[in-house]
Amino acid sequence: MAENSGNGKKGLAALLDKEQIKAGLLALRDKVKGDSKAFQQPTKTDLFKSVYRVKHDETPRSRALGVLTNVFLHLHPAKINRDAVAYNYTWGMGGITFYLFIVLTFTGTLLMFYYHPSKLIAFRDILYLEHDVPYGKLLRNMHRWAAHLMIITVWLHMFRVFLTGSYKKPREFNWVVGVILLLLTHLLSFTGYLLPDDQLGFWAVTVGTNMARATPLLGHEGPLGPELGMTAFNDVRFALLGGSIVDSNALLRSYIWHCIAIPIIISTFLVVHFWRVRKDGGISGPAPVMLESEIKPERKF
Amino acid sequence: MDWHQLWEIAVAPDNVPITALLFLVPFYAWYGLRQAFANDRLIAQLEANPEMAKTHHRKVQPWKPGWAKEIHVWPFLLRIELLATIIVTIILMVWSITLNAPLEEPANPNLTMNPAKAPWYFLGLQEMLVYFDPWMAGVVLPSLILVGLAAIPYIDANPLGTGYYTFRQRKWAILTFIFGFIGLWVSMVIIGTFIRGPGWLWFWPGVTWDHNRLVFEANRDLPDLVGITSSAGRSIFGALVMGIYFFGCGYGFHKLFTMNEFNRKIYQRMNVFQYVTLQALLILMMLLPVKILIKLVFRIKYIWITPYFNI
Repeated sequence: MAENSGNGKKGLAALLDKEQIKAGLLALRDKVKGDSKAFQQPTKTDLFKSVYRVKHDETPRSRALGVLTNVFLHLHPAKINRDAVAYNYTWGMGGITFYLFIVLTFTGTLLMFYYHPSKLIAFRDILYLEHDVPYGKLLRNMHRWAAHLMIITVWLHMFRVFLTGSYKKPREFNWVVGVILLLLTHLLSFTGYLLPDDQLGFWAVTVGTNMARATPLLGHEGPLGPELGMTAFNDVRFALLGGSIVDSNALLRSYIWHCIAIPIIISTFLVVHFWRVRKDGGISGPAPVMLESEIKPERKF
Repeated sequence: MDWHQLWEIAVAPDNVPITALLFLVPFYAWYGLRQAFANDRLIAQLEANPEMAKTHHRKVQPWKPGWAKEIHVWPFLLRIELLATIIVTIILMVWSITLNAPLEEPANPNLTMNPAKAPWYFLGLQEMLVYFDPWMAGVVLPSLILVGLAAIPYIDANPLGTGYYTFRQRKWAILTFIFGFIGLWVSMVIIGTFIRGPGWLWFWPGVTWDHNRLVFEANRDLPDLVGITSSAGRSIFGALVMGIYFFGCGYGFHKLFTMNEFNRKIYQRMNVFQYVTLQALLILMMLLPVKILIKLVFRIKYIWITPYFNI
């Protein structure tokens, strides 16, 4: 290669030639200059296009595609009823409930790093969390208050859906899914109550599960339970607690229901719930009012 | 008046949601009903004026010809959702910084908490234990609440009021729901929090919780009050009274339901299974206020006593 250099110098001398180095650097500078123009228009780069797939400009088409082609947003329709975005119709309670579920999943996962579901250490883990883990107290507080808030927003969401008659045709089944979600939300909160392994949780769960003793047919103190052979060691309460008292097995069962089983079940129903909102025609209103004189005659089977 | 006691209950960290509930539930009830009444006024206007009904856009929200009926989710809905998440996050942050989650002593099966309360959202069930045996209060009634809620869309034969707030067109449904949700469920949560003290005794707000308080009122059973003491007699008498209650209550609801012209029309649209389910759920729901009344006022515990179960 050295032989081919322009001014006839050979070997190392050719590599150190000032003129050549200068020319090379200038060429490199121009190339960098040219290529870095892409930074001025990042949306035109292949990298950007590979992530976002569609153009984002101020056109209606682009706005619609922005929602439809995004995995997180595609549960939304591209357009909605202009009056539905006002706070007074939905109160935002369903959406807030879902957001709280996300907050709880996030804080809950972090809490799991510091918690052992064992009678020996569970309570000490909470003390450790509160006093030694950075922001541990904030983390635990936020998990608890978000859980309480979620119960309230679920109740208010149900109240709103009732008041607007949104459970009526064609949304009947989605209301049923909602009732299941209501139950699961309460169970999720209740199973978490025992986990700190303190007096509050212990007695709340004792009171709660004592009622299961009295389950008709399946509890050992319930109507017709003893007649069917139910004892404290084989009835439905025993199955819930993994024992006849609230102890280490109950703690473990609570933990697994709380952190794994119910979140999976509730997520499944959430997916169905959201999907049905879309499939049943989107958000129910605010719809034009109907008059009594316009009731159509019913269809009989 | 022991303000300190009341304050202590109201600001116990775990009771904050209920204190919030005291304001949130009435606020949203008002907020929803206010819109319902606004729509009702519009409905009355449209019914009085059929010409207007043909051309009106039929909402209280403003609308002008030429306005699009639908708007883009991006950005009009998404920016609200973003704002909502930010606001909720701020509320949670402030709440979590200012108030610590309760942590009591380590769990100790030998040291009973008094009062031992369920989590606040289940206090309604715990309060029901005063009026019913555990198999009713803890198992049958909660299941009925869930089944009853799930049944609502299938027994509500009123086709009006889908997707807008209204009171006039759905009086029966809305009053029943508000009675069940606010009158029974939320009220019992509030009673369980603010009124039930040690020994699950009734302490009016502002009365000091006395852990040594004894109540000498004896509970009575209805059969004993009328002098029936034999086991078979009590079973038969109780069944009779319950039967009378069921048919009496059902008859009362039937009269109430078919009292106005509109509900009679809805009644005609209902099939027999819908109507029987509706009646059964209403009668069973009314069992709770009836038992609250006879327990708190007449100190009557059981109506029906059998060897297997008591109601």
